[in-house]
Amino acid sequence: MEKYIIEMINITKVFPGIVANDNITLRLKKGEIHALLGENGAGKSTLMSVLFGLYQPDGGEIRKNGEVVHINNPNDANDLGIGMVHQHFKLVEIFTVLDNIILGVEPSKMGFIQKKEAREKVLKLSEKYGLKIDPDAVIEDITVGMQQRVEILKMLYRENEILIFDEPTAVLTPQEISELLQTMRNFANEGKSILFITHKLNEIMAVADRCTVLRKGKLVGTVDVKDTTKEELSRMMVGRDVSFRVEKKEKKPGEVVLSVRNLSVPSKTHKKDAVKNVSFDIRSGEIVCIAGIDGNGQTELVGAITGLEKASGGRIFLNGKDITKATIRKRSIEGISHIPEDRHKHGLVLDYKLEENLVLQRYWQPEFQSKGFIKFDAVRKYANKLIDKFDIRSGQGPITIARSMSGGNQQKAIIAREIDKKHDLLVAVQPTRGLDVGAIEYVHKQLVETRDAGKAVLLVSFELDEVMNVSDRILVMYEGEIVGDLDPKKVTVQELGLYMSGAKRDQLKEINDAG
Amino acid sequence: MQDKNDFTRNKRFSFKQIAAKLNFSSLTSALLAILLGLIFGFFVMLFAMPANALAGFRYIAFGGFSRLGDVFYFATPILMTGLSVGFAFKMGLFNIGASGQYTMGMFFALYAGFMWDLPNGIHWIAAVLAGMVGGMLWGFIPGFFKALLNVNEVITSIMFNYIGMYLVDMWVRGSSTMYNSTITRTNYLPQSAQIPSLGITGSNVNYGIVLAILIGIILHIVLQKTTFGYELKATGYNKHAAEYAGMKGKTNIIITMMIAGALSGLGGAFMILAPSGIPGSSMTYEPVNIIAANGFNGIAVALLGNSNPIGIIFSALFISHLQRGGTLTNLVGYKPEIIDVVIAIIIYFSAFAMIMNAAIGEFIKKRIKKTDSDIIEDTTEELNVTDASNNNSKEAE
Ligand SMILES: Nc1ncnc2c1ncn2[C@@H]1O[C@H](COP(=O)(O)OP(=O)(O)OP(=O)(O)O)[C@@H](O)[C@H]1O
Ligand SMILES: [Mg+2]
Repeated sequence: MEKYIIEMINITKVFPGIVANDNITLRLKKGEIHALLGENGAGKSTLMSVLFGLYQPDGGEIRKNGEVVHINNPNDANDLGIGMVHQHFKLVEIFTVLDNIILGVEPSKMGFIQKKEAREKVLKLSEKYGLKIDPDAVIEDITVGMQQRVEILKMLYRENEILIFDEPTAVLTPQEISELLQTMRNFANEGKSILFITHKLNEIMAVADRCTVLRKGKLVGTVDVKDTTKEELSRMMVGRDVSFRVEKKEKKPGEVVLSVRNLSVPSKTHKKDAVKNVSFDIRSGEIVCIAGIDGNGQTELVGAITGLEKASGGRIFLNGKDITKATIRKRSIEGISHIPEDRHKHGLVLDYKLEENLVLQRYWQPEFQSKGFIKFDAVRKYANKLIDKFDIRSGQGPITIARSMSGGNQQKAIIAREIDKKHDLLVAVQPTRGLDVGAIEYVHKQLVETRDAGKAVLLVSFELDEVMNVSDRILVMYEGEIVGDLDPKKVTVQELGLYMSGAKRDQLKEINDAG
Repeated sequence: MQDKNDFTRNKRFSFKQIAAKLNFSSLTSALLAILLGLIFGFFVMLFAMPANALAGFRYIAFGGFSRLGDVFYFATPILMTGLSVGFAFKMGLFNIGASGQYTMGMFFALYAGFMWDLPNGIHWIAAVLAGMVGGMLWGFIPGFFKALLNVNEVITSIMFNYIGMYLVDMWVRGSSTMYNSTITRTNYLPQSAQIPSLGITGSNVNYGIVLAILIGIILHIVLQKTTFGYELKATGYNKHAAEYAGMKGKTNIIITMMIAGALSGLGGAFMILAPSGIPGSSMTYEPVNIIAANGFNGIAVALLGNSNPIGIIFSALFISHLQRGGTLTNLVGYKPEIIDVVIAIIIYFSAFAMIMNAAIGEFIKKRIKKTDSDIIEDTTEELNVTDASNNNSKEAE
């Protein structure tokens, strides 16, 4: 008989309107990397939250090394050596990295915190595992990648031996992902056991030993990764074959929809401009992708186009109209839809119901409002329509509080809202982040349909597969400038990588002022 | 013990019925908070004068029922300031300036009452509206600074509490029409400027409370049903998302603070324009450079009412009930100061417990769960059901 370090046996967890985990059994071996796969809302985060003591199961039991344990809260979990990196990080934004790591387990002598000791330990760990951090930086100023390293160091600092990673790679750039996967391998080699949630099958194939698949709260099965394929995994998960290729017709570019001229946008973190004198056009009927390594000005560029940030120079035209100084509402009316980068910060009012979130861009339109009073019937009807059409899954349908929805379904809600809104330009920033393969396929199809319906799509993505498959044209951003205007059919991934790293750049043809 | 359990359980059930439309967990939290506050207050009374504590406490808890008219009368101003604080809070603004707005409103109402010569039936309405404008003005200023210069509204409104109070006291003392220096109070307002009484003998209760409750209901509708309420709450929950959705954050901040100010101003007007039981007299104001307590009590009222206008109506009545009951305790020898302290403790402890409630609830829930799963398998079933609805009433056991 094999020895398991953790056994979750017949776990059931019920939320209002939904059985999130229905009699699920999962066994984790010591020293293995165990992937957990499932569609959005399948119950992965819930299962892990049960193990971490955030939720109490309604049925079933948890064993560690064969003994039944009761995990009533994260402290109990910590005492059992269980640590977790959450899908949405749980760091104190205004604290420093060091303070966050030692929060709750501060070493102290006579009531005084011994920061020096802590700092040494943290720095040692950081060095040992190659997890680069700046202990004195404040969380809100550092990149998501570093925030995640902080979360990982938190677990290491507490000497956890069972590490749960809930979609750690969703927010990382490809480089960071390969670093993280290597770190995970190192952990496993040291005898730590890892539970790893991801929607990316490549990552499972690359690092996991075994994989447990969930579907709609039920266990589909556990397989050895070396005996399976990507296709089989996705079939287990979705219940049908998933196509990884995006089907699309030749593009038929029409009129210029968005035209950006000599645009500069100041940076929030340093004194220089984050976007430097950038010019480009996007026509109707094409998907233009801004590729580049995170932090090369993409966020600021999108901010200036959508109105969340102010440009310091240059002009932006939408359908020939100058919108450089227009309000966000005005831009929205003029035809910009925006799937934002940060779904919790901008995309949703988490304490609002799903239906209220689905009309976030439209509540003021006559369809949903008369004389200042919201037409709740119309809102409900519209919400149900979008929920059906986009397969947004949640416990209680339109009245579900957005906060309680699974990460992927929150994203689907935003996508539904923005695609369904009347628009000429869709600005989609990492629209498939956190979505399962089935949903990604669906979103890609939607993007292509939007394009075929004669709209312009501006896509920002860090996923090279997505960039190559979906876009009709690739603009590479490097240090705030556009260094390449490429045709995905003619460029290789390697070449694209060279552009993105700044090793290669084109002399772009001057675009003259739009008329 | 067992009987008591059953009792609370039944009671809980009927509360659930009442609260079917409201947020159940926030109602239970409020009730729990009140209970804790009362217990704590009782201990203070016990400490102050052990012999009469029980009798005194009975007055506090039940005395108000014998003077319902007064309970409603004194609830009026704190209901208005409570609505003011609660409404601003829905947008994520902390209107600590309710006192200043209240005082300004009172002054404008006084001014209209003394200086304007209007026919019966119209005069008091004009004075009430003047009070509203006064408060609105005093709410506008912090709103304006917040929206345009991003100056924290807490700082500005505290400043304007003082500025308002000193200005009003100066203006009042400077006017011989308003101020009577021999009694160091304002003169009696003309009858025409007084809000019509509801005609309950021995009490000053007047149409002010009716208007105040009506305003509470209107605010509830505004918050729940209108696009303005939708924007306001969205901004309060997540201002980044509100900005992303193209809501006019700055305008909304100013409007919200103006409304909050208007509500407090109305509170001041309702207070000073109340009719007096004695013919030929009226309410008066004594300019003694003290910041109006009714403003701060509004914060407690809003907290206890969970910033929900309907909840605030009830919490204002409750706090007024305690205060009225408290005045009776001197019958058994409590000094008014002690009672003020006790009531303040109950109010603030209640409000505080309301904030802490989530933590307390969680703690007790865990406790019960632990012991329960150790002892009997059977009951966990039922407890889970209550857990799921996230109510904290188990603390009662
Ligand atoms: N706190 C909660 N209250 C109510 N329902 C919840 C809560 N947490 C999760 N759910 C529901 O349980 C289901 C499973 O959610 P969970 O977050 O576990 O999904 P997931 O597998 O992690 O999905 P994703 O890949 O999208 O992150 C969802 O339908 C969600 O709406
Ligand atoms: Mg999840």
